[in-house]
Amino acid sequence: MQASRQQPRSLKHQLWVAFLVVPPIVFMSLFVVYPILSAFAYAFYDWQGLARGEFVGLKNFREVLFGATMAPVVWNAFLHNVYALIALMIIQNGGGFFLAWLLYKEPFGFRFHRIAVFVPVVLSTIIVGFLWKLFLNPNFGIINQALYSVGLDSWAKPWLGDSSTALGALILANAWHFVGFPALVYLAGMQRIPPEIIEAARLDGTNEWQLLKNVVWPLVAPSTTILFTLLFIGAFNWFEIPYVMVGLDGSPFGSTDVLGLVFYRTAFGNQSASIQNFGMGSALATLLFLFIVVFASMLTLWLRRREIQF
Amino acid sequence: MTAITSDAPATRQAIPFVLLAQVILIANSFIMLYPVVVMVLSAFKTTGEIFEHPFALPDFTQVQNFAKVLGETAMPVYFVNSILVTGTSIVLILVLGTMAGYAVARYESRTNTFILLFFLAGLMLPLKLAVIPLFILLRDLGLLDSRWSLIVTYTAIGLPSTVFIMAGFLRTLPSELEDAARIDGASEPRIMWSVMLPLARPPMAIAAIQNAVPIWNDFFFPLVFIQTDARKTLPQGLTTFMGEYTTDWGMLFAGLTIAAAPITLLYIALSRQFIQGMTAGAVK
Repeated sequence: MQASRQQPRSLKHQLWVAFLVVPPIVFMSLFVVYPILSAFAYAFYDWQGLARGEFVGLKNFREVLFGATMAPVVWNAFLHNVYALIALMIIQNGGGFFLAWLLYKEPFGFRFHRIAVFVPVVLSTIIVGFLWKLFLNPNFGIINQALYSVGLDSWAKPWLGDSSTALGALILANAWHFVGFPALVYLAGMQRIPPEIIEAARLDGTNEWQLLKNVVWPLVAPSTTILFTLLFIGAFNWFEIPYVMVGLDGSPFGSTDVLGLVFYRTAFGNQSASIQNFGMGSALATLLFLFIVVFASMLTLWLRRREIQF
Repeated sequence: MTAITSDAPATRQAIPFVLLAQVILIANSFIMLYPVVVMVLSAFKTTGEIFEHPFALPDFTQVQNFAKVLGETAMPVYFVNSILVTGTSIVLILVLGTMAGYAVARYESRTNTFILLFFLAGLMLPLKLAVIPLFILLRDLGLLDSRWSLIVTYTAIGLPSTVFIMAGFLRTLPSELEDAARIDGASEPRIMWSVMLPLARPPMAIAAIQNAVPIWNDFFFPLVFIQTDARKTLPQGLTTFMGEYTTDWGMLFAGLTIAAAPITLLYIALSRQFIQGMTAGAVK
């Protein structure tokens, strides 16, 4: 640090610094730290509606993980979160990587394409969800209408009403919404690679695929670290798209149920069961939170090790 | 088959990579934009026209759907609520974030590391999962079902990243500026307000966009905190609206178009700033 920044620590000066840092810290403590710490505590209590009952130890956790009514729902939903994570890793982040590479070469019209790919990203998930719900409507949605108009009538399906296609449809709607984000983050990562490195690889006669696999991919590792970690956190917090497109119960027959929906139903109730269970909801939130923190840190550390300094 | 595969390398060389890239990029941009275009076109149609000619161009003089959405539904109220909530949250985020960021960046103190770690933790923790205690806290504070419940929540979520953006930028400003003002006898608040902050407008713009878009689009917290229709924000109000007009597709598309219009137009006008702001957290 420069010596010039050393100031006399007068009381007036200390008060001024306190005036700057205390309000933000108090605000964060009240609305972030306190709720998060309470979330852990709440999970150990029995709840009657909004009133906290007695201390019940690990009962809520046992109920969520192994209970006869709750556990099958939770594990079913967890599996769907895992499917969504894997599919989005490939479609959204993988697709974003390839789009970034095409944009990186700055072909004719790349400025337009760069703006176009990011248009869905700025839209609300609610708008995206409703839009695709209308498009996927079995009778009047443009997807089936398009299939009818080219004579592929047998391909038309009630996409969101069929348990074999519903989750896939949600995943694709999500990928449409967000593929622009990894694309432009990877693009920024590629633009930071010194051009001499790519030039040298070209002169060595590497083909496009080898260049991408052996040079570009390892050098954009920092972008990969952050994108995969963000997607991991996002996939296990997935809520809006399923809520809007298939409803709170993960219909049909729980084939699109995810942990976000289970959590909301448990904590705040739904039309069919208006019971609120804050204890079990908090237990589920705590488990999900620990799962995300532990695995996201492991993922980050593992991905960090692949990063190369240049 | 053999003939084709043996020809393939030669063909691959013959078709320039640029052409293939063009085709893929055009196809992708089409997939990204066409759904939005269909949404806007359908908003000018009656429900019957949408069902019969989903891909046809509409008569653009038919604006009755838009008139109905703006005149007969609560959409304008949702819109005003979204502006109030997003605007107030951004002001609070910038004020509190700049205060903490400035202190950490410009004054040496043993507590700086602690303060940064404190905000770093806030950056990592998904507040969504603490929504139950937050719900009870807001009820106890009497803020539940008010716009303030959303404003304080969004401010808390946006604050950590803003502290880092502001501290990161303010640290790069040369201390000669401060020292010169100090020699002239300017007080510390005066130096901050008149010398340093006027230079910090670019990072403030980045922080504002980075936070404004997710706040404007958020649905989860209003869903939990807000019951009264007159206080709903646009995404939450949209679910009410979509539930009321389920069979009137012309209205549905007009509602979606009106809800999407402000941010889409703003994005098209300021695409560089939007992209920079929204990827700021992921691009170092």
